Amino acid sequence: MERYHFEEGLGTIKQRLLSMGGHVEERLTEAVKALMERRQDLAERVARGDHEINQLQIEIDDRCLKLLALQQPMASDLRFITAAMKINADLERIGDQAVNIAQNALKVINQAPLRPLIDIPRMAELALRMTRDALDAFVRRDPELARQVLLRDDEVDNLKDHVFRVLLTHMMADPGTIERALGLILISRNLERIADHATNIAEDVIFLVEARDVRHQNPEAKE
Amino acid sequence: MASSAQDTGIRIKTEVKVQAANAGTGESAISIDEVNLSYGQNHVLHDISMEIGERQVTAFIGPSGCGKSTLLRCLNRMNDLIDDVSVSGKIVVRGQDIYSPTTDVIEVRRRVGMVFQKSNPFPKSIYENVVYGLRIAGINDKKVLDEACERSLRGAALWDEVKDRLDESGLGLSGGQMQRLCIARAIAVEPEIILMDEPCSALDPIATLKIEELIYALKERYTIVIVTHNLQQAARVSDKTGFFWLGRLVEYEPTPDMFTRPKDKLTEDYITGRFG
Repeated sequence: MERYHFEEGLGTIKQRLLSMGGHVEERLTEAVKALMERRQDLAERVARGDHEINQLQIEIDDRCLKLLALQQPMASDLRFITAAMKINADLERIGDQAVNIAQNALKVINQAPLRPLIDIPRMAELALRMTRDALDAFVRRDPELARQVLLRDDEVDNLKDHVFRVLLTHMMADPGTIERALGLILISRNLERIADHATNIAEDVIFLVEARDVRHQNPEAKE
Repeated sequence: MASSAQDTGIRIKTEVKVQAANAGTGESAISIDEVNLSYGQNHVLHDISMEIGERQVTAFIGPSGCGKSTLLRCLNRMNDLIDDVSVSGKIVVRGQDIYSPTTDVIEVRRRVGMVFQKSNPFPKSIYENVVYGLRIAGINDKKVLDEACERSLRGAALWDEVKDRLDESGLGLSGGQMQRLCIARAIAVEPEIILMDEPCSALDPIATLKIEELIYALKERYTIVIVTHNLQQAARVSDKTGFFWLGRLVEYEPTPDMFTRPKDKLTEDYITGRFG
C-alpha cells in the first residue's frame, strides 16, 4: 500500500523512540558508574534529570496522537502506535529511575564502603540489557527476543530479594550502616523497577507483532 | 452544466505561463474577505473571511448545505453560471481581485482549475482529454501537446497505467483512473490553484487512497482546496481545515489542531460524530 507520508510518520516515531532509548541507556549507565566508581560529580549530573528525554517524551506522544487523529491507523499500524505510546512512557520512567539511582548513590558514596558491590552491578547489567533488547525487539519486530527479556525479569527479582536480605543483616548488626544500606536497597529496587519497565516494553512488542496480550500470565503461557 | 462550466474553465490564453515558483509556504494564495452570497432571497454564505495558504491543502468540511461547496465555487466564479446569485465581499487570488469588473473570468478559471465529484472525461481519447484545454487555447504543435500530455499524466500519477493506450477513449478507464484523468486535464493548463469538490466520493477505497496520495504530491506545486464529506479524508490530506455550519465559518485551524483539540464546541460535536 502506498501511504507514503503515513509510513514516514510511523518511521519518525520509531526513530525518536530509539533516540530516547539511547539517552535513557546512557543515563542509566552513568548512574551505575557514579555509584561503582564513587564519582560525586557524575551522580550529581545524572540526578539533575534529562531535559532531552522529557522533550522526546512530549514529542513522541504528540506525534502518536496526531497520527491517530489524522490517519486512522488500523490493525498492526494501530497496535504500533498504541505500543509506541506505552513504550514512550516506560522509557521515560526508566529515565526517572536512573535519576533516582543517582540520587540514592549520592547518599551511599559519601560514606565508607559497606561491602564490595557484586549483586547490584549484576542487576544493573541485566536491567540495561533487558532495556536494550526490548527496544531491539521493538525495532526488529522480534517476538522471540522479547520473550527472552520476559524470562530474565525473574533473575532480577531474585537478585533484589538477595540484596535486601544481605543488607538487612548488616543493618541489624550495626545501626550505623542503616543509611548506606537503605541507599543500596533503594538502588536495587530502582533497578528492579527498570527491569519491570523493560518487561512491559517486551510485552508490548509481543502484542504489536502477534496481537497477543501476554501480560499477567506465567512465563510458560507466554511462549 | 458542471462539465460545460469546466470547458470554459480550462480555456487559456495562447501563452501558458508557469507562475514564478513562490516556494514560501505560509503565504496566502487566496484571500477571502467578508464574503456574503445569496441565491435570490436565500442568504447562504455569511461574512466568510479566511486566508488560503500557498501550496497547502485546505479542506472545507461541514454538514450538507453548510455552504462549503458554494464557497469553493466562488473561488473560480463558478457561481456566475447560476441565475439569481449575488456575491459581495472580496476574493483575491494571488493579488488579483477576481470579482473586479475588469477581471477576465476565463483567465480566472484557467488559473483556478477544478475537479468535480463525478469524473467527467470528454468522449474523446485519453490524449485529447488531457490536451483539450491547450487545443482550445490554440496550441496545436504536436511536440508541445505530447510533452504537456506526458507531464500532466505523470503529475496525476496516471502515466504508467495509460501510456500504451493514449488513443483509447477516456471513458474506458476505471472510476479512479477517470478521476485522475480529470486531474491531469486540470493541471495540463498549468493552473495555480486546484479546487476539488468531493473528488473521491464516487471511488472505492483503493482509488481514494491513490487520489489522496496524489493530492499530497500535488501540493509541492499547487495550492489545493478540497471540499469533502469525509472527515477522515480531510484529516489525512489537508494542512488546514475550515469547518462550516449554516453558511458560517465556525473554525479554521491547522488540521492537526482541528482534529485533536478543536476550539469550538460545534466543531467538536461535528468531528466526533455527535451531529451532522
